[in-house]
Amino acid sequence: MTPLAAKVNAPALTVFLLLLALVTVLGFLAARWRRAANTRHLDEWGLGGRSFGTWVTWFLLGGDAYTAYTFVAVPAAVFATGAAGFWSVPYAAMVYPLVFLLLPRLWSVARVHGYVTPADFVRGRYGSRALGLAVALTGILATMPYIALQLVGLEAVLNVMGLGGGPGASPLVKDLPLLLAFAVLAAYTYSSGLRAPALIAFVKDTLVYLVVLVAVVYLPMRLGGYHHIFDTAAAKYRAVSPATHQPVGSLVPGSSAQWAYATLALGSALALFMYPHTVTGVLAAKSRRTVRRNMALLPAYSLLLGLLALLGFMAVTDGVGKGVKGYNAQLAVPQLFADLFPGWFAGVAFAAIGIGALVPAAIMSIGAANLFTRNVYKEFVRPGATAEQETKVAKYVSLLVKFGALVFVLGTDQQLAINLQLLGGLWILQTVPTIGAGLFTRWFHRWALLGGWAVGMAYGSWQAYGIASPATKHFGGSTALIPLIGRTGYIGLTAFVLNLVTATALTVLLRALRAPQGADETRPADYRAEVGDGTGPSDHQPDAGSPAAADTGDHQPDAGSPAAADAGGPEPAPATAPTG
Amino acid sequence: MLEQDREVGGTGVPSTRAAVTAERVLAGICLAVPVVALLSVPSYSRSTPELGGMPFFYWYQLLWVPLSALFTWSAYLLLSRDEKRRAAHRGGDAR
Repeated sequence: MTPLAAKVNAPALTVFLLLLALVTVLGFLAARWRRAANTRHLDEWGLGGRSFGTWVTWFLLGGDAYTAYTFVAVPAAVFATGAAGFWSVPYAAMVYPLVFLLLPRLWSVARVHGYVTPADFVRGRYGSRALGLAVALTGILATMPYIALQLVGLEAVLNVMGLGGGPGASPLVKDLPLLLAFAVLAAYTYSSGLRAPALIAFVKDTLVYLVVLVAVVYLPMRLGGYHHIFDTAAAKYRAVSPATHQPVGSLVPGSSAQWAYATLALGSALALFMYPHTVTGVLAAKSRRTVRRNMALLPAYSLLLGLLALLGFMAVTDGVGKGVKGYNAQLAVPQLFADLFPGWFAGVAFAAIGIGALVPAAIMSIGAANLFTRNVYKEFVRPGATAEQETKVAKYVSLLVKFGALVFVLGTDQQLAINLQLLGGLWILQTVPTIGAGLFTRWFHRWALLGGWAVGMAYGSWQAYGIASPATKHFGGSTALIPLIGRTGYIGLTAFVLNLVTATALTVLLRALRAPQGADETRPADYRAEVGDGTGPSDHQPDAGSPAAADTGDHQPDAGSPAAADAGGPEPAPATAPTG
Repeated sequence: MLEQDREVGGTGVPSTRAAVTAERVLAGICLAVPVVALLSVPSYSRSTPELGGMPFFYWYQLLWVPLSALFTWSAYLLLSRDEKRRAAHRGGDAR
């Protein structure tokens, strides 16, 4: 349809700017929201005082795990290849049953010992600074390109709205809107910490739900119904690509693509809740029950993602990018909205994506900052740092991380950010044996886990480096031949299996050699601790972290949620299931 | 000390409730079913029967999203019940 960046879409832009202004105000006001007595502890800035109830956690984790990039990239993958791009749906559906047993244990042990990051847990569990550092650096490394990609998502909507000038505009004009959005984001994250994205997530998710529900009803009406949509899509994917002499895609994966489909879903599902930003969201919950409940409530977002994926087919029917050589699939959905929605509603949709970029970017920068502060700075640079100094460093690092991501996006090819993010998922997956197994057993030896991690990282990166695609010479994809099995599958999962095998073999060996195990500061009961059952962090100072201190009364916005009851009594309240 | 009592009960030394209970087994099954179902790609990679114009492959997987949530919620209820009974047993031991 209309080529992108033709002219400014005024109604869309007005609505977009108004909504962005609203969340900016919210972001700064958030500093006062549920403010605790001890605001200088890192728990306050970096975990929102560990005080979020069921609904806040739901919005926060939903706003966090389902990023703007996801919302742009998933339909883009479906748009480009059809069925092969749909693996995000089984991934998002199986992630919660997979992590249901892990995350409440992580929450409990973090609660008892005051852990702020996954690497804190690893260090405490295995008594190994090196293993903690490995997990921390993997997290930081994987998060950086992810933040950069949020900017890519934001850039896509700015582009379609006609901002950023034409192809001939000067670099300054081109990047100004992005720079502004990011400066504002950095400022309120700095001042409000995790409370800012938590509050903004309400707006973001309301907009996203609204837009997607309207889109899946309204757009098919405009496009002649789902039957027609899938027919046109089938026709597109039957076309033979001149580069590979294969059909460009298919509506149903053939038998050769099924391993890739399943392994991508499984590997990504295992990795999702090992990312620093998702762990941050989990640890900010105020009770173990809050975490458990969310495992059953968060799939609402997965359904949203599934419906969104269908928009890829609608973009095909709409004819987005038809006849344009090397069309950037990332623009397909924003372009679809611009084509078919009335201007003002397109603005709402763009704001949903734009704010959807800011929320995760804020949480990711906080997660990465927490990791750096706790597991690099305090561990290796300044062991005597006070809680106040920790918070200060974390705030600066959050700025630095965002600035780094910005430079990355402006200074390098966008493709590089996408490649690195794919690689980031693969890397994060290699921390699963250490964190996941560690939550249940101390059988694995710390050095063996380090060895397994190194093997997985090296193998995965090396394999990914060797994959070329039409767009890029290296890191062109995330699937390759699985050795021994002889099918094409997700490299990350292959590396994960290799990692696990190595760790197991080395553990047997090191145990036979009686290598020192390292001290474990956790006890079995720590993994089942719940708020108010007497296992709380008594070693902490007047306890800014405990909800009893952070929640000054029942007037909190969250008081309506059933979980609000569990801060008080020693016994969990009876399960009053919230509807929906 | 109350906390010590709790721990002895928690590590299950002379606890009256076994480590493997019907609730725990059922919860495990509830969590495994959606994962196994979605990993069996050949079981659903076909285009018929269609639903409202949508090929089977798509609506079947979309259907699994709420189903998976339902299974996870069942596991949550089962484990909550199990924990409550355990707490009751422990409370009986301590007093």
